[in-house]
Amino acid sequence: MSTRNIALFVALVLALVAPFVAYPVFLMTALCFALFAGAFNLLLGYAGLMSFGHAMFFGMAAYFFGHVVKAWGLPPELGLLAGVLGGAALGLVTGALAIRRQGIYFAMITLAFAQMIYFLCVQMPFTHGEDGLQGIPRRALLGGLLPITSDFTLYYVVLAIFLFGYGCIYRFIHSPFGQVLKAIRENEPRAVSLGYEADRYKLLAFVLSAALSGLAGATKAMVLQFATLTDVSAGLSGEVVLMALVGGLGTLSGPIVGAFIIITMQNYLAGFGEFVLVIQGAIFVVIVMAFRKGLVGEIAAWWKARRPKG
Amino acid sequence: MFELLGISPPALFGQLLLGLINGAFYAMLSLGLAVIFGMLNVINFTHGAQYMMGAFAAWLLLGMLDVPFWAALVLAPIIVGLIGVVLERLLLKRIYHLDHLYGFLLTFGLALVIEGMFQWKWGSSGAPYPSPIAGGWNLGFMYLPKYRGFVVVAALAICLITWYAIERTRLGAYLRAATENPTLVRAFGINVPRLITITYGVGVGLAAMAGVLAAPIQQVSALMGTNLVLVVFAVVVIGGMGSIMGSIVTGFSLGLIEGLTKVFYPPASNTVIFVVMALVLLVKPAGLFGQTK
Repeated sequence: MSTRNIALFVALVLALVAPFVAYPVFLMTALCFALFAGAFNLLLGYAGLMSFGHAMFFGMAAYFFGHVVKAWGLPPELGLLAGVLGGAALGLVTGALAIRRQGIYFAMITLAFAQMIYFLCVQMPFTHGEDGLQGIPRRALLGGLLPITSDFTLYYVVLAIFLFGYGCIYRFIHSPFGQVLKAIRENEPRAVSLGYEADRYKLLAFVLSAALSGLAGATKAMVLQFATLTDVSAGLSGEVVLMALVGGLGTLSGPIVGAFIIITMQNYLAGFGEFVLVIQGAIFVVIVMAFRKGLVGEIAAWWKARRPKG
Repeated sequence: MFELLGISPPALFGQLLLGLINGAFYAMLSLGLAVIFGMLNVINFTHGAQYMMGAFAAWLLLGMLDVPFWAALVLAPIIVGLIGVVLERLLLKRIYHLDHLYGFLLTFGLALVIEGMFQWKWGSSGAPYPSPIAGGWNLGFMYLPKYRGFVVVAALAICLITWYAIERTRLGAYLRAATENPTLVRAFGINVPRLITITYGVGVGLAAMAGVLAAPIQQVSALMGTNLVLVVFAVVVIGGMGSIMGSIVTGFSLGLIEGLTKVFYPPASNTVIFVVMALVLLVKPAGLFGQTK
């Protein structure tokens, strides 16, 4: 077995035994954010598109999930589907507009649209404004065969969703589609001159990333049983950037590592109130100034550098 | 006609005035962003935090040293501008060679640190700042508080002075030249890095001055710039960052549009600027005054 496969195997075993050691709700939350950060990284790390408004997909999907399950009384599978499709649809509309500008404007446009969605969520009746959707029931899955009221059972469901989502990301990156995305990131005019319609590829990547962020958001609503304005806020959009950045942009496992670090940090620092913001901001500054590759990226670079010596 | 629509003239003009005041802040802030972006190639996410620091500086100067508003209007921008200069020398100048993305992330992180610290020290509820000009004029169709009238005029004057300084003076010519081709300008013996530092300091100072002007109107609070900077980003996308006059015109017009929306369809007043942005992206993706790169 190669080192890579051993690492994967160890990670999988760890994931399976984790709820015996750690608090399952914490693990599930971290997995949702890991998937979210992975979806964000698909866009920035592989397509070179910096979205600063990804919370709109995550948060809207959480609301959609809550509405479908709580107000309409439908099973959670449909709630998850609503989250994914809702995220994709929102991604299609905002993405089609945002890709009309390049570079830093793209980030500002996505940020502005996310802020618009935030204001809409404050006003729309189905989101219940400041209160948010509370007490979303945990209905049984598979037509009543799989009850998920126990955190322990739900953990394995969430793990399965996470693996499915991350499997999709892996497939996208290693497909011809992923290669074209990289080509566009490296040199857009050249990709266009080779006959690739860059805008269509970018839009597709944006929609895929939005759909997976939607899956993450809907799953989060299933786990924590609420959807609130925090889920669509600019603060969360910033947090997901931070997760991907801490772990390493353009690495597959980086966002997972980053999400676990940030969620753990938030758990421990919850008592410090505003100081969490200061620390998050300081991490941004330190990473941009000194560790642009992120944790996984730096380790990979170090590994590569010492390899030739034996 | 107004009665037909169920809107009284005082309400209409009152909202238009509010819109004009908001527009004044949009114009001042987007102007600063555009100037900074032109020289530094960095979108200054800290702009909202620096606006807040301007208001706080005025409030602290008044509370601790009894410095009146008029002195604070000059002192606060200088203080905050100097802090900006330090940030530029220490951090920003090291990332100019990188992708725009990193400047955005760095200044975003700085904004979090600054706003978090102010929130930690002074809480998130606002503090009032007494209005330096009391009273108002009754114009017949509306009541105009004197200070609000002053803010609109002052902001317009500051914007026009900035425009004049950049488009009509020698220093402005160096600045524009350095934006186009820094290497060539350096070859002529002009200290471009110093020019960049000055530009950042002045851009930040403009944001702080807007903050001082806003202090008597809004509450002085740690998060007063957080949402504002997001709206200003939309303003910048709408106007494009290519033209100084463009930023001024776009800022004031969007404030007015927002004010009108508050009169005719209040629920949309928060989102109207973003809708305008979507429309502009559809029709003229480069922005109203922008050039396609």
